[in-house]
Amino acid sequence: MVAAVPSLDTIAAGDALTLRPAGDWTVTHAHDLEALAEPVRPQLKAAKSVVVDFNALRSLDTAGAWSLEKMSRLSAAGEIAAISDIPERYRELMAELRQVNRQKPSASGASGAISARLESIGRAVFSAKDDAAAFLQVLGELGVALFDIIRHPRSLRLTSTVYQLYKVGWQAIPIMALITFLIGAIIAQQGIFHFRKFGAESYVVDMVGILVLREIGVLIVAIMVAGRSGSAYTAEIGSMKMREEIDALSTMGLDPVEVLILPRVMALVIALPILAFIGAMAALYGGGLVAWLYGGMSPAIFIARLHEAVSVTHFEVGMIKAPFMALVIGIIATSEGMRVRGSAESLGRQTTTSVVKSIFLVIVLDGLFAVFFASIGM
Amino acid sequence: MPAPSEFAIHVNDLVVSFGRKTIIDNLSLDVRRGEILGLVGASGGGKSVLMRTIIGLIRKSSGHIDVGGLDIDDIRTRDPHAAAGQWGILFQQGALFSSLTVRQNVQFPMRENVRMSQEMMDEIAIAKLEMVGLSPDDGDKFPSELSGGMTKRVALARALALDPAILFLDEPTSGLDPISAGEFDALIMTLQKTLGLTVFMVTHDLDSLNTVCDRVAALAGGKIVAIGPMKSLLASDHPWVKAYFHGKRSRTVLAQSS
Repeated sequence: MVAAVPSLDTIAAGDALTLRPAGDWTVTHAHDLEALAEPVRPQLKAAKSVVVDFNALRSLDTAGAWSLEKMSRLSAAGEIAAISDIPERYRELMAELRQVNRQKPSASGASGAISARLESIGRAVFSAKDDAAAFLQVLGELGVALFDIIRHPRSLRLTSTVYQLYKVGWQAIPIMALITFLIGAIIAQQGIFHFRKFGAESYVVDMVGILVLREIGVLIVAIMVAGRSGSAYTAEIGSMKMREEIDALSTMGLDPVEVLILPRVMALVIALPILAFIGAMAALYGGGLVAWLYGGMSPAIFIARLHEAVSVTHFEVGMIKAPFMALVIGIIATSEGMRVRGSAESLGRQTTTSVVKSIFLVIVLDGLFAVFFASIGM
Repeated sequence: MPAPSEFAIHVNDLVVSFGRKTIIDNLSLDVRRGEILGLVGASGGGKSVLMRTIIGLIRKSSGHIDVGGLDIDDIRTRDPHAAAGQWGILFQQGALFSSLTVRQNVQFPMRENVRMSQEMMDEIAIAKLEMVGLSPDDGDKFPSELSGGMTKRVALARALALDPAILFLDEPTSGLDPISAGEFDALIMTLQKTLGLTVFMVTHDLDSLNTVCDRVAALAGGKIVAIGPMKSLLASDHPWVKAYFHGKRSRTVLAQSS
């Protein structure tokens, strides 16, 4: 059976126009069908009624039947007046298509580029408000859950917390140590390279020490954690939300915040300072190694200079920031997870938002801490 | 193409096994053109495996499958687009693309396989939606906003987008209330008549089997143990078929409907 290209003959008799479709009027030839309908338009508009003669037609499906129906709607009568020689098997299909596309779908949304632009700005403003509200809500709920735990320590989900700690803490150590090691090494190398011009190579130790302990160590680790664990939290909680697991929890009288969110956030708050500490040590190690191999400064001298250059204050400043950054990452990640709606696309969008937002807030927070510590003289 | 045979689907000596476990064991089955065939079988007994093997989602171990006169191996390797026009599949959970609207879901097979204008695609998509009993306004909804029954209807509209000759339905009425299930059965019968479809339907719904299906095939132990009109299956003395149709639940349903 070779596919036959559809064709259309028209016979005008007085006010009536007869359409004689031939060949295969099927969806495979949709493009041809549209092309066939175009030149007949004026004739159809002039005609009072339309008769369709199926004599020469070989096969017909919804697309073909709709093309015929659509053509006949152009005539004054607005429908097929008569059908001749229709094979029994197509009768129902033609009858069915008479019913469809009678009402236009209601137009939705405003039109115009400017109003669309304004609408998106407006929506962005309101969603920023919603974001802030969602953040504060989760923070509040966490506070309530934490208060409950302090009153009834037994209700703490210890297993879950330890498991999360294992995932976001222990399993993250190798990659965190590697990255901070490399960062420390790069800072030292760049420092030595440029300070050499002034003969100030020995100050590289000060730079590496202060930078790593105060800023870079904790910041790099927080950003890595946001990307590594924050995204996982959002995706986990989001897919639980999609599969109604969270609703199931609530109906069993359990608080999702206490069962799912608190253990995750607590694990982050515990893990991030530890990771930041390990990261800082790895960065110092990397810096020291480069200073030795590339700058020719022996480890003993490096350590002695480090001892002079940094004080406990620098270390404290770095460590104090860590749990707050963890809290921000945890809250953003879990609250974005809770905002996932039905679709796969929504899960992807919320996960992206979670990572972008938590990295942004971590850096903003770091800036605020810098101002704060500077003003209290730390 | 060979001369159109009497059979829409022709399965011969099919074996499907996963590792050492043989799910389908030397099974032969013919589905006639224009009939509605219901397939029953125990849960986990390989009904879905059989259906997925016929449409080429699962690789067969040996045997021969012919769908619409074409060898399934040829369709899969040579021309997957030809297969799209050949059959439509209604998955159990609908499997609608969640990031597309209902209308885009229905248009998707047309957009990918056929050249036509956006206007015509819109009109045909709405025509299909109306044919499955939805309103044009439902076209702008997303799958997450639909009820179970509507999801099935949209999935059916999408399966019918290219006017396939064969329609595969995987438990079309599962998860629907009896009224919606009855409506869905009626819809399948209407569409089958309107579009001249061959329907292959996996189902547990005894009402569907009774009202919709021309023939019923029973799958047990990896083989078709009985096939024929509902009456002949009720008369079958295969132990599993007997247990299935003469259990307490089935008796009530069948007693009421007969």
